[in-house]
Amino acid sequence: MSSATDSPAAAPVKAQTRYMEALNRGLADAMEEDERVVLIGIDVGAGGGIFTVTRGLHERFGPDRVIDTPISEMGYVGAAVGAAMTGLRPIVEIMFLDFIGVCLDPILNQASKLGYMTNGALKVPIVFRTQTGAGRSAGAQHSQSLEAMLAHVPGLKVVMPATVTDAHDLMLDAVRDPGPVVFIENRRLYAMRGELGVDPLPLGRARIAAPGDDVTVVTWGQSLRECLGAAEAASVSLEVIDLRSIVPLDMETVLRSAERTGRVLVVHEAVQDFGAGAEIAARVGHDLFDLLRTPVRRLGTPSVPMPFNPALERALLPGAHSIADAAAALVAEG
Amino acid sequence: MLLELYERMALIRAFETRVAELYRDGEIPGFVHTSLGQEAVAAGVCAALRDDDYLATTHRGHGHVLAKGADLDGMMAELFAKATGLCGGKGGSMHVADPAKGILGANAIVGASMPLATGAGLSSKRLGQDRVAVAFFGEGAVNQGTFHEALNLCAIWDLPVIFACENNIYAEFSDSRTMTRVPRVADRAVAYGVEASTIDGNDVEAVHAVTFDAAERCRAGDGPFLLEFETYRWHGHYEGDAQPYKPQDESATWRDADPLVVAGRRLTEAGDATSEQLEELRERAGARVESAVEAARAAPDPELEEAYAHVFGD
Repeated sequence: MSSATDSPAAAPVKAQTRYMEALNRGLADAMEEDERVVLIGIDVGAGGGIFTVTRGLHERFGPDRVIDTPISEMGYVGAAVGAAMTGLRPIVEIMFLDFIGVCLDPILNQASKLGYMTNGALKVPIVFRTQTGAGRSAGAQHSQSLEAMLAHVPGLKVVMPATVTDAHDLMLDAVRDPGPVVFIENRRLYAMRGELGVDPLPLGRARIAAPGDDVTVVTWGQSLRECLGAAEAASVSLEVIDLRSIVPLDMETVLRSAERTGRVLVVHEAVQDFGAGAEIAARVGHDLFDLLRTPVRRLGTPSVPMPFNPALERALLPGAHSIADAAAALVAEG
Repeated sequence: MLLELYERMALIRAFETRVAELYRDGEIPGFVHTSLGQEAVAAGVCAALRDDDYLATTHRGHGHVLAKGADLDGMMAELFAKATGLCGGKGGSMHVADPAKGILGANAIVGASMPLATGAGLSSKRLGQDRVAVAFFGEGAVNQGTFHEALNLCAIWDLPVIFACENNIYAEFSDSRTMTRVPRVADRAVAYGVEASTIDGNDVEAVHAVTFDAAERCRAGDGPFLLEFETYRWHGHYEGDAQPYKPQDESATWRDADPLVVAGRRLTEAGDATSEQLEELRERAGARVESAVEAARAAPDPELEEAYAHVFGD
């Protein structure tokens, strides 16, 4: 933690980019690149966004392109879909992923299906920007990781940047995509610093975030940091894969690693039951049944609403220690 | 002009009358919702629009889509789920669209047309065009949050959007007057600072005139507007609905207000057409529909690979 009396030695650290700044730059680059890109959402304008991610864009691109809305998600998210169908490329913000409950129709029934139902005659190039992240006592209605629910809807791409590079690059990829993309940020990553332009990859490709030999750890979003922490701390060697997007799902990278290690641990912050981890486990089990040394293991949050109490919340979320323990247990099994 | 409007109504009447039979005979799959009795709204509104104006409509959208200029053969083939349909057989009656004619689609979610039209209005304004967007919806949809949210958004953003409410009295199986204390939909617009009027929806000339005026004012930047058209749904919520919830003599009363009869009487009384000419016109519409049916019957199903195409905006 830095303080106001930090010496100039802090300067090189400051030269690095924060995740939120990378997002801001990604939004600005997308708007610079294409006049049709507009930003729509609650407080995204002069307010700069509740987490300051859109700060400065209103001044730079004007109120016609950075459009403040009433607290009216069903209306403005639906309008953004209509705008995408008619020539704009909207990036529409849903302030908290949890709020998707009040505006699921434009995502679930409209954006995801209109291109398909019209046999490609209509295009819906839209980005639904939102954020999630438990671990700060935000309570059960502000902490949910719902990527599996969205990934379950055919027609939606679901992107979850876990690094500074991806915060920027995946945003540009999402805006350039011809179809609807749900772009899920993690607010616990907003202050994280890192380098832009490190190991750039296109949307749909997973990244080996840490090479290793004993266990393939598949993860995404905020859990990547915990898994990297586990890789440092664990008694066994972890190969950590950052999926970067849930849809498309880069199983090739996962399977290539799992063939070598023979053990797979899927880690995610979302509740474990019926989650994306189950999908990955099923696919690995199907494709590599004979090569696996142990059954695929999942480590997610138990299926309970997120409690407010910080100690309870901490205990439920997968952390570096529980991940390291789970990996060691897999190696002990076989 | 009235003769042209009559012709549009006659085509919709012939199309849906035939579709109802084909559905009953099992030739058309899925669900079908007809707008028989409501043709004046579709014809009057759409004739007041340009080809490049936008239209978002409902599950009861055949009339609107046809009146806006969608290809008749493509429409019929789509209802038959054939490869030659407007949506390649992947949309169907409730999802038929024709973006080349500004038709953003029928929509199976009650109230969904309004935010989509709001977005189309936003595009038009932002891109410096003067295209108007029309959202068709029934009076049942005004109890959805989308109505209120979209109306408010259009109002604060001054968008060129016309909210075209077809008040046909029935929200699915329910008399919609029992679902609200505010019988006139137009009254609700007042709360959002939106100019609104209630019009006889079976008088195609009145529908056309009020829509033309609203569209022109939208192009001048005076939008949005809400237009409530009072009409009546002859058939059930869907084809096959026996309508046990309707009072016995109600349908007969409304058949006297058949928009084709009203317009036809006006044309013959003014000497603009003879009843023989109108009869001939209706027969011509029937023949066009029959030829579309024959073409749809003969058309192939989509290939299996089409089921996998256009999932992600490709």
